[in-house]
Amino acid sequence: MRNAELIAEAGKIVDVAGKDAPLTVRGLTVSYGNKPAVFSVDASIPAGSMTAIIGPNGAGKSTFLKGALGVVPRLSGEVRIFGKPFHEARDRVAYVPQRASVDWDFPARVIDVVLMGLYGSVGLLRLWRARHREQAMACLDRVGMNDFADRQIGQLSGGQQQRVFLARALAQNAEFYLLDEPFAGVDAATERAIVSVLKDLKSEGRTVVCVHHDLSTVPEYFDRVLLINVRRIAEGPVDTTFTAENLQETYGGRLAATHIDELRLA
Amino acid sequence: MSFLDYFISALLLQAGYNSALVAVGAGLLGLSAGSAGAFIFLRKRALVSDAISHATLPGVGLAFMIMVAFGSDGRWLPGLIIGSAISSAIGLILVEWITRKTRLTEDAAIGAVLSVFFGFGIVLLTIIQTMSSGRQAGLENFLLGSTAGMLISEATTIAVAGALAAAFVFLLRRPMTLVAFDPEYAATTGVNVRNIDLAMMGLALIVTVIGLKIVGLILIVALLIIPPVTARFWTNQVGPMIGISALVGGISGYIGAVLSAAEASIPTGPIIVLVAFGFFMISALFSPLRGALASALRHQRFQRRVHRRQGLLALSRREPIYDGLTLRILRRSGMIRRDGVATLRGRTASEKASRDEARWAMARRILPDDSAIERYDGLTPIERMMTSDQIAEIDRMLAEKQGASA
Repeated sequence: MRNAELIAEAGKIVDVAGKDAPLTVRGLTVSYGNKPAVFSVDASIPAGSMTAIIGPNGAGKSTFLKGALGVVPRLSGEVRIFGKPFHEARDRVAYVPQRASVDWDFPARVIDVVLMGLYGSVGLLRLWRARHREQAMACLDRVGMNDFADRQIGQLSGGQQQRVFLARALAQNAEFYLLDEPFAGVDAATERAIVSVLKDLKSEGRTVVCVHHDLSTVPEYFDRVLLINVRRIAEGPVDTTFTAENLQETYGGRLAATHIDELRLA
Repeated sequence: MSFLDYFISALLLQAGYNSALVAVGAGLLGLSAGSAGAFIFLRKRALVSDAISHATLPGVGLAFMIMVAFGSDGRWLPGLIIGSAISSAIGLILVEWITRKTRLTEDAAIGAVLSVFFGFGIVLLTIIQTMSSGRQAGLENFLLGSTAGMLISEATTIAVAGALAAAFVFLLRRPMTLVAFDPEYAATTGVNVRNIDLAMMGLALIVTVIGLKIVGLILIVALLIIPPVTARFWTNQVGPMIGISALVGGISGYIGAVLSAAEASIPTGPIIVLVAFGFFMISALFSPLRGALASALRHQRFQRRVHRRQGLLALSRREPIYDGLTLRILRRSGMIRRDGVATLRGRTASEKASRDEARWAMARRILPDDSAIERYDGLTPIERMMTSDQIAEIDRMLAEKQGASA
């Protein structure tokens, strides 16, 4: 009985997003030790959408992304990227990790980090050519950082580090962008710069998913939401899914009802 | 022939074919150690290579015993190298396994594996000393290295393997850079992080076992670590860092082997390490990028800039300046006249300083946890630290503030 329900629901997901949707996840469970960080989560991201993954701290938002991309091992569940296993669709995907996940004292300049986005398309023995540098510079230009190309990455501010990470993902020229907390701890100008790049990507028909923590900007930036608190709470368009009820269910007592009302007005 | 004469002729590869080959072999060994070590250092796994090197000892002992049991004298170098490679691979796998399967951290696993394997190796060497067959004399040279009486075939083996390891590093430079900097991102671009880590440790293992004869297992880790640490003083880019590291390792190996050939009573490993350490000390003191002297000079310059800035801000607020150093600096740079009145140049500079100050003050308010603010020294022009749209935002806020107060 339970199985039949699951299959029915899975069928529905496929209907919503289509068979070759950028991301289809069924029953994804990821655990650290013996405690599931993400438990049996289903999701489907339609092409050309801009989705925010929302949930309280420790709800498994980042883990969901990492599990979907195979960065952390899956305990169970099935993930399809454009209808294929991830390793077959890897060239069509670009991931932007949290900027705090790396050591910025690493010996590299800004341009070197952006060039990392081209590693996949350049052979092991090949040296960098002017064409690659131009490509990387064009990506830096899109995030407003071309004056910083030769700067040591350790000298960048948090917002600038985030822009460099985004530029590296742009260099991959992917169809599907997954970003982990791209707005965490960045200044207002950087936030605007990143949002504008992401909206451009969407208008070019690409798909964007962000782990996001600022509820007040959700309706302005995104058109879909995926609410997670270890389990999937809800998923769908902002208009119908980003509701007080769903938020209450996701955050529990951590979010005052009055606060939710304010959000809906914004 | 005096020591110096011999040293110079050996340095120029004119002290005989054999010692020339040994020096070249040691140089290539250092080259491969320096380049492989650079990635191990960037991946912050330097201590794992210490476990690898100590874990070679039981392999050396067992290989010797097996070869003696088959009737040889037990001193065939490729046999000893294979034995040491197998036992250090087991040590490496154990460290990985303990770290992954138990709750012990890697440093504890390294400590345990390193000491147990080394202890077992010493026991084996002691047993070997009491054996009646085999030619055990000199086996203890694998601890600290020795080039005395080295065969040409041995030197050739080491040179070829060293060159191969360096070529392997070149081939894997991009995936290894990516894994060292950002393993999670690397995984999403199709790099198998586990395999790259294994390859990196495999390189350390190869360098270790081919370095056993020349440097010895106790000190080989120094040849993996000192060159990259030295190189880091000179550059902020991975590519040049690998090159400098390989060069430091290569030259240290070469000079060390030559020195040791000139004075055969000193083990080779310690000499090579001391030569490498010489490069390290010179770099730590004199590197213009990250050296101690340069940072002392930078601090002095910084102090002068602080005085200059304070002076300019005082000028813009039309406050009197009392500090002698501040006055001297302003006068010398033509900002003020002898009587302390600002020149045209001084007025322009003070206006710019005052605008910069207002922007920074605003930046601190609107970018509360931004690391640019943390590193703000009060002096760097804001244009160097922020993008143009960030500055535009700050100016907009400043204009708003002025509008509000007016």
